[in-house]
Amino acid sequence: MWVYEKKLQYPVKIKNCNPRLAKYIITQYGGPDGELAASLRYLSQRYSMPCEVAKATLNDIGTEELAHLEIVGTIVYQLTKGVPAKILEKEGLGGYFADHDRGIYPVNGDGVPFTAAYIGVKGDPIADLTEDLAAEQKARATYEGLINMTDDPDVIDPLRFLREREVVHFQRFGEALRIVQEKLNERPFYVKKPEYAEISPASNVSPAEKTNPYSNVSPAQQKK
Amino acid sequence: MLASIIEDVIGGVCMYDAREKMLKELMALEFMEIELNLYLNTHPYDQQAFMIFRNTAEQAKMLRDNYERMYGPITASASNSFPWPWIESPWPWEA
Repeated sequence: MWVYEKKLQYPVKIKNCNPRLAKYIITQYGGPDGELAASLRYLSQRYSMPCEVAKATLNDIGTEELAHLEIVGTIVYQLTKGVPAKILEKEGLGGYFADHDRGIYPVNGDGVPFTAAYIGVKGDPIADLTEDLAAEQKARATYEGLINMTDDPDVIDPLRFLREREVVHFQRFGEALRIVQEKLNERPFYVKKPEYAEISPASNVSPAEKTNPYSNVSPAQQKK
Repeated sequence: MLASIIEDVIGGVCMYDAREKMLKELMALEFMEIELNLYLNTHPYDQQAFMIFRNTAEQAKMLRDNYERMYGPITASASNSFPWPWIESPWPWEA
């Protein structure tokens, strides 16, 4: 469930159009390390998380990424608003203009449409959270590249905010990963379910299986 | 006549600036809320952070109520005037 708030997370007010820059920045809208991919990645991964900290972190960061998607869309919109078709073409947006006019469509910097192949959902908390750490670093690096491509302070300001958020999210994902690892490392002290004991008597389970911290598959399932 | 036009223009600009200023204050407070929310997700026992969160959330709520009373709803559910005010510009992407 979501409720729309009629405000940006960070203000965007760009005075000068720059369609060439818009063509590059749009990759953070619909590119491989963009905000749409980030949001869908986290919101889809949250279902299979084993603990409350990880569920909440993915839920809330996935939600914040939607606010970032809106900021990036706003930057692209304002950079191309009212720019004549001839200039859009000259600045490398001819193909984009033919298909989408000045609409905001999720593509990367070369006009390749968004694909779900940009995101991974492994259903394995260690694999997923490790991917998220990398995703935040890749987005940070992309924002740094974009910041280096412009000297317009109206554009640099929101890009710096978005870059900073990648750093904070990386930190929070790192903490969530550490907490998940600690949880998976805990030795179970509860009484095992009867069917578990029947299928897999303790004598059949190797010590390695008993203590494998990175597996959320029970030894009983592994035996099958 | 001219004087009244100038007054209207200046009044309009000032009102716009005042709205924008208040909105930016609200954005700053609610950003603090988001930041503390994420921090508390991984540090649920940090009592000091929790106190700052509560304080920030209350301030933000007060400012939001004031803003909505003066300039219109931020969420559709806060629409309490007629005709339906939710559709009124500016939308957030329109600077």
